[in-house]
Amino acid sequence: MAIANGVSTVADHTDTESSSTVSTTTRPEVRNVSEVSLSTTAQTADSPDDSAPTVYDIEDLGVYYGDFKAVRDATLTIRQHEITAFIGPSGCGKTTVLRCLNRMNDFIDTARVEGTVLYHGVDLYDPKVNSTEVRRRIGMVFQKPNPFPKSIYDNVAYGPRIAGMKKKSELDGVVEKALRGAALWDEVHNRLDASGMSLSGGQQQRLCIARAIAVDPEVILMDEPCSSLDPIATSRIEELMQEIKREYTIVIVTHNMQQAARVSDRTAFFITEINKESDRRTGVLVEFNPTEKIFSNPDDERTEQYVTGRFG
Amino acid sequence: MRGVFLGAALTAVVLSALILYTLFKGTFDFFRAIEWDFATLADSGWYPRSSRFDLRTIVIGSIVVSLIAMLVAVPLGLGTAIYLAEYASRRVRRIVKPIVEVLAGMPSVAVGFFAVYVIAPDLVSRVFDPRQPKNMLVAGLGIGLLVIPIMASVCEDALAAVPGSLREASYGVGAKKVTTVFQVVLPAAVSGIVAAFIISASRAIGETMVATMAAGAVDTAVYKGFSPLEPGMTMTAAMTNAVGGSDQAAAEAPFKVLFFVGFLLFMVTLLLNTIGDRYVQRVRQKY
Amino acid sequence: MALATPALGGRTAGDVVRANLTKSQRDVPGLLALIALLTSVLVTILVLFTLIGTILVDAVPFLRDRGGSFVTRTIGSNPDVIGLWPGLYGSFIIGLGVIVIAFPLGIAAAVYLEEYAKPTRFTRFVQINIRNLAGVPAVVYGVLGFTIFAGWLGGLTGGKTVIAAALTLAVLVLPIVMITSMEAIRAVPQGIRDAGYGVGASRWETIRDHVLSYAAPGILTGTVLSLARALGEAAPLIVVGALAGGVGLLPETSLDGKFTALPMLIYGWSGQPTDADNRWQFSNSAAAASVILLALVLFFNFAAILLRNRYERTRTGS
Ligand SMILES: Nc1ncnc2c1ncn2[C@@H]1O[C@H](COP(=O)(O)OP(=O)(O)OP(=O)(O)O)[C@@H](O)[C@H]1O
Ligand SMILES: [Mg+2]
Repeated sequence: MAIANGVSTVADHTDTESSSTVSTTTRPEVRNVSEVSLSTTAQTADSPDDSAPTVYDIEDLGVYYGDFKAVRDATLTIRQHEITAFIGPSGCGKTTVLRCLNRMNDFIDTARVEGTVLYHGVDLYDPKVNSTEVRRRIGMVFQKPNPFPKSIYDNVAYGPRIAGMKKKSELDGVVEKALRGAALWDEVHNRLDASGMSLSGGQQQRLCIARAIAVDPEVILMDEPCSSLDPIATSRIEELMQEIKREYTIVIVTHNMQQAARVSDRTAFFITEINKESDRRTGVLVEFNPTEKIFSNPDDERTEQYVTGRFG
Repeated sequence: MRGVFLGAALTAVVLSALILYTLFKGTFDFFRAIEWDFATLADSGWYPRSSRFDLRTIVIGSIVVSLIAMLVAVPLGLGTAIYLAEYASRRVRRIVKPIVEVLAGMPSVAVGFFAVYVIAPDLVSRVFDPRQPKNMLVAGLGIGLLVIPIMASVCEDALAAVPGSLREASYGVGAKKVTTVFQVVLPAAVSGIVAAFIISASRAIGETMVATMAAGAVDTAVYKGFSPLEPGMTMTAAMTNAVGGSDQAAAEAPFKVLFFVGFLLFMVTLLLNTIGDRYVQRVRQKY
Repeated sequence: MALATPALGGRTAGDVVRANLTKSQRDVPGLLALIALLTSVLVTILVLFTLIGTILVDAVPFLRDRGGSFVTRTIGSNPDVIGLWPGLYGSFIIGLGVIVIAFPLGIAAAVYLEEYAKPTRFTRFVQINIRNLAGVPAVVYGVLGFTIFAGWLGGLTGGKTVIAAALTLAVLVLPIVMITSMEAIRAVPQGIRDAGYGVGASRWETIRDHVLSYAAPGILTGTVLSLARALGEAAPLIVVGALAGGVGLLPETSLDGKFTALPMLIYGWSGQPTDADNRWQFSNSAAAASVILLALVLFFNFAAILLRNRYERTRTGS
């Protein structure tokens, strides 16, 4: 067991958090799936548990692109082993907020963030924070499947390898586990050397999920992961999310309200405010509530209009 | 109107045909001038006036000079391309790119002058103490300079064609910039980089003036192994050296060899460019 | 197996995460890579500046001393009195030939291939021909020019004359003009054409008034670059029979006699031995001619870069 520290420590603090008291025991570096699922009571979509430990405390988050303010005043809490959905009309800043959660916005020259994004109490935008470490713990799955033009095996092994895992036998184990975790193993186990780009769209997206979970992150951010997939591939990914949420915390952006209703525990609803004077559009978080409430009895009238399809 | 435009486009075909015809015909005339005695093509040394046209001498001259040029141009051109495509801020790019383009527009005689008056005495002679100041190393270094911008621009195009989503995917699993660039972007751009390499090699082999001015051999040369510190004759320099002399001499083998070597050069560069083009197309199709 | 998690002692879970996330940001491989890349960029720039710098060092005192006489006099054997007038003249005629022959022919071919031609096998064949022509070494074009323009068409060109040389270089840059013009025309949005047809213009009128005027900056960029290329080429001129500016021969500035061009002078002068009796050496005159050629070529190159930048800015609409 020589998985790199960068990977293993994720597992460690996850367990630390989920037991909510600080433990002093040493535990194996690679988390055993069954152990974790035992230690965590699976949530059902209907009744998110407010006592679940928080992963993110986001307060007054605002994001600028240059001097254009794309999002303002987003305040929400993301809890462990839950699926949190971001919904709202196009351009309201869902992707923008999501990319703040693992500092993916760093790669957009003009992007600037204000407010706080606390991750386990640590301000992610603290200058002392190493953004590479952040992304190692907080994985991302993108809207369009983006496998590397490498073999299936190398796609999945990429993360563990750069984290320092060298031994073939260990990598084999991690790759298999990640592909099983992404429900792709049965389809590809006999052609791991084939190019990742040779898979179908739905398989590619599952490969990307496998690639993300191979480094054993704590959080997985998904930006409209099913938008380029057909209904069957979509439902496979949705099932998959239900399975893996026992191990990970998931934030998903979706345009598909049924999808949000089906899979998520809590939902954040954003809209675009149009400033009459400057004609600029800024995204605002309108409501953040358990999904069940959002879709049956929302607090905000605009939410109700949106979820019932009477919006804009 | 259409007919006029079609005619213009056909000049390309006509030109290709004329080039081929000229080279074939000239080569045939050359063979006739040497009385189909192909042994002269493997005789010792390149002494056109005594009918010794040892191909080995000029082919090895071209290979040695081009290899040196590639040793200069590949790391510098690729490094510049990676820096410009992946690291440079927009402001730095705006300054550096035109500079590289100036190098791309540099007339090869100016580089030849630089090779003869600076690279030879101040660099190669100081460091290596060769038998004579002009040699294949000098020419190779000069041609390398000319090839850097070609290498850089084709590589940069290849890197720019790699979709940003791949970089994001790499960052998304916690990769650093250097890992992303060298383990994801470069492998994804590999066919473009191969194309750059092949096209650069083709340019290096076809570059004439620097080889004529700085490789050291005048009129004659003899193959003495691969040492770049020896004076040498490239295929291109053999061509420029074949020209000259009186118009009567134009009918004779020492002049006609121009066509034969031109034919060989044409074939080699055509082959390389075709392969290079294949790789460029592959980049286009992939993304 | 080493301990992955230290005993936590009095620390909170947040402290642990903080410790992990604020790991040292030092990135040695990243730094080394950046240094290597920067080095390659700097070496390239440095070499370019050294090249231009040394040429200037050799040329500037010479040009100061010789002044206008270096421009107006003819070539010869003594660098103290020679001039590059025949070279300027030859290069001027060559530039003119490129403008008169290669530009219209190249642009017309591009119009045909982009606007008229259907994507047939034949069209593909023509395009491949053009791409291959662009990769043919310059010296091979010299062989073509020698045979065709100085030989077959000797009656028209007068043999190894500046006319034959101009035709040779026009043909040499023709594929470049074709390719860059094709790219510029390809970048014209369909809407521009529809606008022309919409007001009842014929195909040719639409191309002339809308497509070509929209593509003009891109076409101009390519043509200017090819002009610079033609002015700097020497290898084909050697084969077509240009004089190398060496000792003794004084070509007239005529269309039907012996001729030379700027790059030929640089080539010829660079090969001359030094002569202690002279105040100036051929290396100085070669450097001075290089400065003038470089100035011309860089002028055209910069014009092309500026054109392209302006063109890109107006197209992206910012
Ligand atoms: N890199 C960028 N530079 C400038 N503006 C941007 C950038 N990315 C997004 N924006 C702007 O910020 C706003 C929010 O964009 P964002 O992509 O976050 O919306 P979204 O809710 O994800 O939309 P969609 O549902 O269409 O994906 C939009 O007005 C968009 O134009
Ligand atoms: Mg989005």
